[in-house]
Amino acid sequence: MTPRQIIGQIGLWLSVFVIVSPAILFFLWMLSLSLKFEVDNAAYPPVFFPDRIAWKNYADVLASNRFLTYFTNSLIVTGSATLLALLVGVPAGYGIARMAAHKSAIVILIARITPGLSYLIPLFLLFQWLGLLGTLVPQIIIHLVVTVPIVIWIMIGYFETTPMELEEAALIDGAGRWQVFRHVALPIAKPGIAVAFILAVIFSWNNFVFGIVLAGRETRTLPVAVYNMISFDQLSWGPLAAAALIVTFPVLLLTVLAQRQIVAGLTAGAVKGG
Amino acid sequence: MSALTQSTPAAARSDAAPEKELRPPSYWPFVVPALVVVLAIIIFPWVFTIWMSLNEWKVGSPTSFVGFSNYLRLTSDPRFIEAIGHTLVYTALSVLLPLVLGTFAAVVFHQNFAGRGFLRGVFIMPMMATPVAIALVWTMMFHPQLGILNYLLSLVGIPAQLWVFHPATVIPSLVLVETWQWTPLVMLIVLGGLAAIPTEPYESAQIDGANLWQVFRFITLPLIMPFLFIAGMIRMIDAVKSFDIIFAITQGGPGSASETINIYLYSVAFTYYDLGYGSAIAVVFFLLIVLLAAVMLYARQRMLWTEIASGA
Repeated sequence: MTPRQIIGQIGLWLSVFVIVSPAILFFLWMLSLSLKFEVDNAAYPPVFFPDRIAWKNYADVLASNRFLTYFTNSLIVTGSATLLALLVGVPAGYGIARMAAHKSAIVILIARITPGLSYLIPLFLLFQWLGLLGTLVPQIIIHLVVTVPIVIWIMIGYFETTPMELEEAALIDGAGRWQVFRHVALPIAKPGIAVAFILAVIFSWNNFVFGIVLAGRETRTLPVAVYNMISFDQLSWGPLAAAALIVTFPVLLLTVLAQRQIVAGLTAGAVKGG
Repeated sequence: MSALTQSTPAAARSDAAPEKELRPPSYWPFVVPALVVVLAIIIFPWVFTIWMSLNEWKVGSPTSFVGFSNYLRLTSDPRFIEAIGHTLVYTALSVLLPLVLGTFAAVVFHQNFAGRGFLRGVFIMPMMATPVAIALVWTMMFHPQLGILNYLLSLVGIPAQLWVFHPATVIPSLVLVETWQWTPLVMLIVLGGLAAIPTEPYESAQIDGANLWQVFRFITLPLIMPFLFIAGMIRMIDAVKSFDIIFAITQGGPGSASETINIYLYSVAFTYYDLGYGSAIAVVFFLLIVLLAAVMLYARQRMLWTEIASGA
């Protein structure tokens, strides 16, 4: 290596360090907060590595009887909204791609631009009239606002890249359009469906604004539940940080495991909910 | 494929198939379910919002048609006008900072180095993490007495700040969180652009002895401009609508120092339950976003024309 190359290498690693450290330090600090007793969290200068580790923060959060309810709520809302979105969105993406009906994508664009709150006002009234407000149904339905556009958008893009030859051959062989979709197009589209699924799950899981309006005491999802902890438990940072980490942990895990799909989906559609 | 032909009765009369090819197959049945959903949860709310905005509509009291008076009320609502100002400042900073930092990060991640894939995964974690959970930890970090940020500042001799607890610093502090969270998205989009750049210009630049900055300024930057534009557009749309971070950290405070249009809209609609007025805000808010997007598109066109005019 020439001196110039060595300087280049040092510069590169310095840049990498500068870029990545805000993320690393943040999550490490989050972990540190969640594992400390109050004495250590209220200490100044801050304690980075505590002498005693407060596993109890996690135990307390997990053992509280409401946590399981909220976790189940999150699972039901995100699970249903994602599955329903795949059920209607994958065929729609296929149809739009095959009809080359690109103008219909403008609806997706409008949905992307519209602030989440403006869906909430009319739908809130509708759910009230229908007497659904005490249940999880309103949240499942309104999460479709997030998940359906993501799925359609990604599937249009994906089906446009899959080859038509096989489908045409199957049509000539006398297969119906539905059969072609089910047995030819769908199997090829599995990677695209995986991308749509992962992004829909993440953005639905993270959604907060719909929950604070529509959720009652029993129907809160995890982000709303954590937010409510702030107002009541202002001073106990340990359990709060532990709760925050528990809520976001599934998403972080998914990000690390499915990084390739997430990157592909975000750069293809760059669709985000909310 | 064999399972397919077996299962279809039409296979028996495959000689009839060619005439099928004459009319293009209709794919409408595939779209109909999604169309119903989109009508119900996107189109219907929109139409209904516009209708509500023309009415005096409060939860628990009878509604009445009032024409455009909700919109007129907006023009003389100091809180709304102040909120527009906050939104524009917040948005401008939350577009520019991630664009600059994200481009830098993309150039770095475009290089080859050990552990690049893993570190990229770590780098995009902030934007995938649950915003409320993130906001909670940032709130603790902003704490004036016990927060880690003031401790870090004290290490380099900078006096303690009040961060989100002071009207003058609240918006920059929130932008700090927003930038931390969304720089990765800009990085990913620009990284996609960098991957598409041919290597020839770089080779000739190297022969000509251009330095790193010159290479970036005169080769990389013009070539990634379209991607920067897309990233800027997406960033603008998201920053204008930013809700979770602001709501969870400050709820628009202290006072109304960080109250953006979206936060004000929430208060009007779901704290005061003034749904008619809230709907009018929602409509104007949407038009403002469309307007900002149009301005960006126009600026982009102008830039392209000057580039052509100057012979670049």
